[in-house]
Amino acid sequence: MDRIPILRMGKFLLVTIQIDLYDRLATNLETDLVQMVNKTGAKGVLIDISALSIVDSFMGRILGNIGSMSKIMDAETVVVGMQPAVAITLIELGLELKGVHTALNVERGMDLLMHKIDLTDETVQDEDSTE
Amino acid sequence: MKTDISKLLQKKRKQILETWMTIQLSDESLRDNLMSNEDLQEQSNELLDELLGTLNDKNIKDSGSADFDRVREVLSGISISRARQGYTPRDTGFYVFSLKDALLQTLQQEIKDDPEFLFQTSVYLNKLMDAFGITTFETFIQGREDVILRQTSEIAEISTPVIRVWDGILALPIIGTLDSARTQVVMENLLQEIVESGSTIAILDISGVPAVDSLVAQHLIKTVSATKLMGAECIISGIRPEIAQTVVHLGIDLSHVVTKATMASALRYAFNVMRLEIKKIQKEKADN
Repeated sequence: MDRIPILRMGKFLLVTIQIDLYDRLATNLETDLVQMVNKTGAKGVLIDISALSIVDSFMGRILGNIGSMSKIMDAETVVVGMQPAVAITLIELGLELKGVHTALNVERGMDLLMHKIDLTDETVQDEDSTE
Repeated sequence: MKTDISKLLQKKRKQILETWMTIQLSDESLRDNLMSNEDLQEQSNELLDELLGTLNDKNIKDSGSADFDRVREVLSGISISRARQGYTPRDTGFYVFSLKDALLQTLQQEIKDDPEFLFQTSVYLNKLMDAFGITTFETFIQGREDVILRQTSEIAEISTPVIRVWDGILALPIIGTLDSARTQVVMENLLQEIVESGSTIAILDISGVPAVDSLVAQHLIKTVSATKLMGAECIISGIRPEIAQTVVHLGIDLSHVVTKATMASALRYAFNVMRLEIKKIQKEKADN
């Protein structure tokens, strides 16, 4: 069965979706990701969807679900690299992905995650000068 | 034996043209300042040539016949060129109908001895020429319609520029009413530009939007949400007192959107978010 790889990077989990998601794949991703968050105790999840060009309401919901699930397991979710067409589609579908942070690219997404975790977890090593 | 109508008219071609020209020239409303008589003669000649060339006993009864495609083409050309020269549709209509008069006059003179045939032919010719007259009107309106369509798309194009005001800050002044189609264009342009420039903040300036109703607000909120999904922040600026009033009266919730009264304060907010500072350069004193 096809699976989307989930990479662990320190306190974060990294998911890059390089193929168009179909429903089964998306539900698998949801289950795997929550399991991974539990297993690794990750503080942040970064999902790169820059290669995703087609999105439907189901995918939108899955993304939102992942965000909410991670949230209650004490991990922040950042979705990065959304294409304009995808963003417009999601808005037209009425899905605003509440509970999910967004960033323009992976780099910015990482910064955002670091920043978010800085605020919530004092033990994480400071990389930015906090204000 | 019945007279062959097309042959008869072909034979009398010169006379028809003369009559037609006389009718046209005698008309008070002739705009001789727009076109010289020679040009008019040439134009009329071409049309008459085409008409008499295709007219026969069969297609005279059928004004929609494909035989007349070429005639209609010539007519459309005349209608368009006349419209550009400043003729009114009425002038062009008269031009075609005066040809009808000329044809009927000629027929009357030629077929005196057979009133029934004369009547039949006149009716057919009448119908035919009326259809041609309508063609000129249609072309005229079509021409206008094309111009309007072009202008509409041009307005949509010009009125939604995305400006890079600063590294990482985009501004999008919206001028004119926002409808669904324009929102789509605005949204696409903005999101595309965000991707290309890697901007984190977009300022939507609505000081040029005459009125905000619930639909417009809906479109604005959509744009803001889409920008958020892309990972950028969207500020709405240029909210005039009247707009603030209508928004609140309509019960539109803009509380989750950052709104600023002017572009300047939006820009200041953006600088704050990006941790940028603007300083006034201390002028060196003259006596130092």
